[in-house]
Amino acid sequence: MNALAFYLAAVIAVAATLLAIAGKNAVQSLLYLAVSLLAVSIIFFGYGAPFIAALEVIIYAGSIIVLFIFVVMMLNLGRRAAQAEEQLLPPHIWIGPAILAALLAVEMIYLASMAAPAAAPAQAAVSPRAVGLALYGPYLLGVELSSMLLLAALVGAYHLGWRRQAFPEVKDGESSSSAAPGGDSLRAGGRRSAGAA
Amino acid sequence: MISPHPIFSLVGILLVVLGIASGLIWLERRLLALWQDRYGPNRVGPFGLLQVLADMIKIFAKEDWVPPFATSKVIFVLAPAVIILTVLMSFTVIPVAPGIVISDLNIGLLFFLAMSSLGVYSIVLAGWASNNKYSLLGGLRAAAQMLSYEVFMGLSLMGVVLLAGTFRLSGIVAAQRRLWFVVPQFLGFLLFLIAGLAETRRLPFDLPEAESELVAGFHSEYSGMKFGMFFVGEYIGITLISAMIAILFFGGWRGPLLPPLVWFLLKVFVFLGFFILMRASLPRPRFDQLMAWAWKLMLPLALGNLLVTGAVVLAMHG
Repeated sequence: MNALAFYLAAVIAVAATLLAIAGKNAVQSLLYLAVSLLAVSIIFFGYGAPFIAALEVIIYAGSIIVLFIFVVMMLNLGRRAAQAEEQLLPPHIWIGPAILAALLAVEMIYLASMAAPAAAPAQAAVSPRAVGLALYGPYLLGVELSSMLLLAALVGAYHLGWRRQAFPEVKDGESSSSAAPGGDSLRAGGRRSAGAA
Repeated sequence: MISPHPIFSLVGILLVVLGIASGLIWLERRLLALWQDRYGPNRVGPFGLLQVLADMIKIFAKEDWVPPFATSKVIFVLAPAVIILTVLMSFTVIPVAPGIVISDLNIGLLFFLAMSSLGVYSIVLAGWASNNKYSLLGGLRAAAQMLSYEVFMGLSLMGVVLLAGTFRLSGIVAAQRRLWFVVPQFLGFLLFLIAGLAETRRLPFDLPEAESELVAGFHSEYSGMKFGMFFVGEYIGITLISAMIAILFFGGWRGPLLPPLVWFLLKVFVFLGFFILMRASLPRPRFDQLMAWAWKLMLPLALGNLLVTGAVVLAMHG
């Protein structure tokens, strides 16, 4: 990979992540996080993992961060939230973590300078086919386990999002026995959706 | 096969795409008029063709206003650029004819999906930065709609990938030498068509900017060329979806007699016409119907299509 491209992407990733942590406005922090993910994706691409680079953009930057922004927008956090954040994080609270992180950074720089420069990693691009063969070959168990985990998460989310009937049913033959499971807060009135599906 | 230098392809494709996008404004208004039994713009130049130019001069002369109450002025200004950028980036992987492609990535299809998923930011951020309740509602709707439809847009294309055995778009075109993928993947084609409509927020899926309820949705506060950017972005978007349909399901540039480039443009324009016809003929659904449709009908269909395609491919090759 072109060294300049790598360092540029790496600096952007680190800077954007720092800004995402330090930012007081939730949406701007999320945007910095998205920029950081894009930079990491460029690094992946440069090191011959185009498939992972694409998934990083599609799943993390394109879906998960958008979902976060969606939620933040719905909560409509304004200046009060920024003020609350400010009160939550007074400057002196940064001291402890900063010292610990600085120690770790010193340690990492020391180790990096001690170690002999490793041979450049193989530049052969890992094709999507190779990723698929590896996932469904030697790592099949891992794939199955993570799919179980995701299923459990899905069932859990469904359970949490389920809204029980909070009010007595209207006897107009139109409404169903229970409101539809949540997720769509923009529905134009809870019971109208009954006839939609 | 002579393949031009990528720079020539880049400039050529950029000019043609922007040309098509501006020409589409005229085409859409004329076609809508035709289907609604009226004339449409027919005064400026031959057949009203220069109407686009007149509109462009007009839009540049408009006041370029940034609302003083905007949540973030920087994001308000950047949001329209994001949509143009992501859509134009997608065109880098589109092979328009043998050898004429800017970057024939081996993850071309995934690159397209990645760029279209980044396009959501433009709409969401425009809605958020405008600090206006209608814009915010439009942005929220756009986020929910585009996220939901992206899910099965990707899944509906996996059948094609299974049959072609590659994510490379030129490879997918090459795999349709004998049979267009629309035949074995008809369901996938329909799903992608609907997802593409929703992804570009065209009628009947234009709920993020539904005039009757949200003024103009996410771009209520935009004026001048910033509004024009959203407009052009939408037209480039449908050009992109039409090009993708032609490549993935209708054999790309393949066809008898005529040169490949002509075939490709012909196919793209057929789908562009179809998109305009959809706008002329279909009413808008309600938003909860839209979401229910995506998750309860389209997603299971896409999964089923993938399952059956996988089984058939396995039976034929295994």
